[in-house]
Amino acid sequence: MNREDSGIEERRPNRVVRILVVVFFGLLLVALGAMKWGGEQEEKVSGTGSERYGFYLKEVGKQVGIDFVHEAPVLDAKLDHIMPIIASMGAAVSVVDYDRDGWQDLYVASSRRGSLNRLYRNIEGTGFRDVASDLGVADVNRGGVSMGSVWGDYDNDGFEDLFLYKWGRPELFRNLDGKAFERVTETAGLPGWINAGSAIWVDYDCDGYLDIFVAGYWPESLNLWDLETTRMMPESFEYANNGGRKYLLRNSGDGTFEDVTVQVGIASRRWTLAVGAADLNGSGFPDLFLSNDYGISELYVNEGGKRFVEMGEQAGVGRQPKSGMNAAFGDVLNRGDLAIYETNISQAGVLIQGNNLWVPMGDETLRFENLAGAMGVDLGGWSFGAQFGDLNNDGALDIVLTNGYVSADGSGNYWYDFSQVAGGHSAIISDAKNWPPMRGRSLAGRQTKRVWVNDGAGQFVEVAQAVGVQDRFDGRAVALVDLWNRGVLDVVVANQRGPLLLYRNTVRAEANWIGFDLFGQQSNRSAIGARVQVFWNGEVQVQEVLGGSGYAAQNQRPLHFGLGEGAAVDSVAIRWPSGHMQMFYTPDVRRVHRILEN
Amino acid sequence: MDRASGFWKSVWTGLQSRYLSPALITCILIGGQVTFGFLESLGQTLTAILSSVLTEFALGRLTWGVWPGLISAYITGISVGILIRSPLFWPYALCSVLSIASKYVLRWRGRHLWNPSNFGVSIMLFLAPEVVAGLSIQWGNTLSVMVIIWVLGSAALWRLRRFHICAVYVISFLAFALIRCAFTGQAYLTSIAPITGPMYQLFIFFMITDPKTTVLTRKGQCFVAFLVAFVEMILRLNEAIYAPFYALFIVGPAANAFEIWRKAKATTDEHG
Repeated sequence: MNREDSGIEERRPNRVVRILVVVFFGLLLVALGAMKWGGEQEEKVSGTGSERYGFYLKEVGKQVGIDFVHEAPVLDAKLDHIMPIIASMGAAVSVVDYDRDGWQDLYVASSRRGSLNRLYRNIEGTGFRDVASDLGVADVNRGGVSMGSVWGDYDNDGFEDLFLYKWGRPELFRNLDGKAFERVTETAGLPGWINAGSAIWVDYDCDGYLDIFVAGYWPESLNLWDLETTRMMPESFEYANNGGRKYLLRNSGDGTFEDVTVQVGIASRRWTLAVGAADLNGSGFPDLFLSNDYGISELYVNEGGKRFVEMGEQAGVGRQPKSGMNAAFGDVLNRGDLAIYETNISQAGVLIQGNNLWVPMGDETLRFENLAGAMGVDLGGWSFGAQFGDLNNDGALDIVLTNGYVSADGSGNYWYDFSQVAGGHSAIISDAKNWPPMRGRSLAGRQTKRVWVNDGAGQFVEVAQAVGVQDRFDGRAVALVDLWNRGVLDVVVANQRGPLLLYRNTVRAEANWIGFDLFGQQSNRSAIGARVQVFWNGEVQVQEVLGGSGYAAQNQRPLHFGLGEGAAVDSVAIRWPSGHMQMFYTPDVRRVHRILEN
Repeated sequence: MDRASGFWKSVWTGLQSRYLSPALITCILIGGQVTFGFLESLGQTLTAILSSVLTEFALGRLTWGVWPGLISAYITGISVGILIRSPLFWPYALCSVLSIASKYVLRWRGRHLWNPSNFGVSIMLFLAPEVVAGLSIQWGNTLSVMVIIWVLGSAALWRLRRFHICAVYVISFLAFALIRCAFTGQAYLTSIAPITGPMYQLFIFFMITDPKTTVLTRKGQCFVAFLVAFVEMILRLNEAIYAPFYALFIVGPAANAFEIWRKAKATTDEHG
């Protein structure tokens, strides 16, 4: 029906112009061909990553005593034909100094029923020892399986407590002075069953007690080990609204939590895979960003700690449906405001969603624009977890991203079948029995990771191979942490059905840095929500203490700022969740400052 | 009075036919964006439309010395703006330029061989897969929008006397899906899932039925539609995700070229 006729009269064409048009047309095709066949050559890197980019990452997990391999869930047999993609989540890592010995420890989740989680205690930088069984947080994969964990001091006793979210019953473990954990799930009054995709600690009403936000992924009515129906898949690849409900659990201050989700105006049923909380509009109260699979993202703006209003569309972040899998905050342009990095799917020739880097417009309104393409951080494969962090201490935040969905042993890939059903109508896509069997095929497997170095002028350069990140596991969670107290950020990666990787970072010695370990008094003890601005050399960078970040991950709680060579800090401004402000002038660099709320 | 009324009636009928396609595709564009936000971004689609129209304008003027009609370029621009997906802007512009330029370059005996947007989209999907993918989304989660588009599109095709092409293609697709199921063991619903999406609607309503790039006889049109579905089945069995575009890319120009050759031969025989 298309009347794509040109309106061209059958006249004699201008021969010269015709020849030029033919040449131009040919050149365009040749250029595209060159891009396809010439672009596959890998960049030849001269020099080491350390020389070129100021840092180098070396995987040292086994050398330091980390021998963890994630085990995936095994669900109802009705899903056997597509089990690898259904059971494709659960690898998670969170960082905590659970015993307050000044060394950061790691809590790692496994996801097969009966498998054991690990709590790797950092033995003062000499190695790691699993103490999870001794302390009572290992055998937790009953009544559902782990999907992730976050640490926060909900009772303000000075020790970080563990919230474990699952496809199943969520659990709360109270930290007993760093010597043991007490399971307080029932007394805390947590919901009985959530098929959770993400959770964070957040003091949404700034009352000095940490609350919990848990985002359901699958509907909470599903028991994934005993399905009544196979009609349990998302109703659409882009517009699904049949996922799990969300829970905002308000800390009453007496060890119990109250479900205030409906009361504060949160009613989403999207398929949330990552949630982040940070003050995005300068109100002093944390807003919630939900990175949703199978749909648009949501931004819940906090109105004075009393209610939330969903403003994703107005803010620009909730217009285009993608496959959101990550929520990390970072001041990428050193302007004193936070951008959001949200990962999605990009597979050459199949699905090019592109990741989102939501950068504030810089005006008075709460509006963001996606600068991922312009800044070179859009194409990351089937991206999962990602974090901001200054890997080379040059004063600009870099990005580490892990990816890869399902790497199977067999040959062939599942993309064609996946694309067929993903493009189908709700009646087709929402029934698991319509999904073609995987038969040992991979889907976006064995992907190369991304380490994007920020040049400080709005451009990122991808350097993963050059700086030593060469694994091809199916990555899920990334966490950044200074494991050896050297003033550099090391990288920990949790892989689905794969090993926990620990990349030790070596940074050029001349680059300065400064750290802040905050402790609230009127504010929650973990200082989650505290906002630190560092001013140096005419620059400013803001960071917030987060109760969970990225995908199924939590970075170290102390904030780390790279400064660049020979730099000194002019001043530091801290805004606590209580609203108190604290200023420091010319603090020493190359040390972590322990700061108590004044 | 009768003559005047007949004149205005014919003008009105002509206008209806002339603007039916652009009106329908505009409705799809606006409806899809307003209700579901199905575009990559409005800016990218506008880039495609603008590039298409400007290319048509420039090439038409420079090559043929006439002011070309811009309706076809408008349709091509919208098709490109909806059918390809990229986080970048340049693929939209390039795809539009290639689509329109193909009409001026890939010609034989006064006819262009490829449907413009089919050419541009196929080339981009094949040569620039790192940055371009095809439309793979749905009309939300309800049947109603899909049904409305099918009804409107079919009615428009009926009005333009090209519904038979659509019917033959859809029936052939559904039948070949059975054969694919026999080979792959897939559920039938899975095999026909793609045709429930907007990509196929645009493909059917604006590509395989394009008057300028389909053969002239009714029987020939039906046969070509059947052949496109057949080649698509072969490509699908080889797991080509964008099988319909590639099938038309192969079959469409071959059929046109054959028809042109046969016509030329008949003319030669007649005169010879």
